[in-house]
Amino acid sequence: MTRDFYGVTLETPLMLGTSQYPSPAVLADAFRSSGASVATVSLRREMGAGQDFWSLVQELGTHILPNTAGCHTVKEAVTTAHMAREVFETRWIKLEVIGHTDTLQPDPFGLLEAARILVAEGFEVFPYTTDDLVLAERLVDAGCRVLMPWAAPIGSGLGINNRYALRTLRAHLPDVALVVDAGLGVPSHAASVMEMGYDAVLLNTAVAKAGDPAAMARAFSLAVEAGRTAYLADPMEPRDMAAPSTPVIGKAWLT
Amino acid sequence: MNIQFNGETRTVHGRTLAAVLEELGLANAKVATAVNSEFVPAAARESRELQPGDRIEALAPMMGG
Repeated sequence: MTRDFYGVTLETPLMLGTSQYPSPAVLADAFRSSGASVATVSLRREMGAGQDFWSLVQELGTHILPNTAGCHTVKEAVTTAHMAREVFETRWIKLEVIGHTDTLQPDPFGLLEAARILVAEGFEVFPYTTDDLVLAERLVDAGCRVLMPWAAPIGSGLGINNRYALRTLRAHLPDVALVVDAGLGVPSHAASVMEMGYDAVLLNTAVAKAGDPAAMARAFSLAVEAGRTAYLADPMEPRDMAAPSTPVIGKAWLT
Repeated sequence: MNIQFNGETRTVHGRTLAAVLEELGLANAKVATAVNSEFVPAAARESRELQPGDRIEALAPMMGG
């Protein structure tokens, strides 16, 4: 089935962050190579670079998904969302309410409270969440139609820390668009979550910090396409015992 | 009067948020504003009067993941 993102069908199941690239030119190259359909951005104090950055982002031609990165309280996140809605002229908000400074784990309680407030105010909320099923269900009850669970902590590149939890989310929330947001390191991680039926992945560090960001962006693009195609092709069920693939009937008597 | 603008102390003449933004060269910039941690929409900047010591934030699009 096709799950959309608040009525928007993405051309490719790839979202790409705009942070940590060696230069604006490398950022633009990475976006071109990735075919990403969404760019994530933030709001920071205008120190002179914001206007040029905005021009660069507009030229990417993608959907824009502003975040509330770095917010640790509900009030900060809600205020940042209001400011982002005005600047970026979108109801989309990637809602981050961080609960722990070392792991950047979302604060589940603050996240749910902020999501309820923002949904009531007409935002289309993309909550950055853990892989906790109960929290996911509460966020859906609050009106979120998209969830962004982590695979591993932001920027860690560890890949899928809890495959069972991600599979459980997919199985229990068949109508909700699910995007693995954080912790992917190499393309096989992305292919793997797409094979599980995830609707998109969001990458940043894995591309921006690669030796050749544009080439890595291309590799991830191929991986998500492979994973998506495999999911739609309905993979076989694994089994413990061998099952011969070559016919047994007709084998010669040569012993 | 002195205000805090993006974390720095500035001496400004304007009495409204719109006037101060113009003074600081941001009248037409792509920024969202807050005063004392409360969002002030662009349409309300003209009428938002400032007091000495007010904390103004002017936030622009920036890199993000």
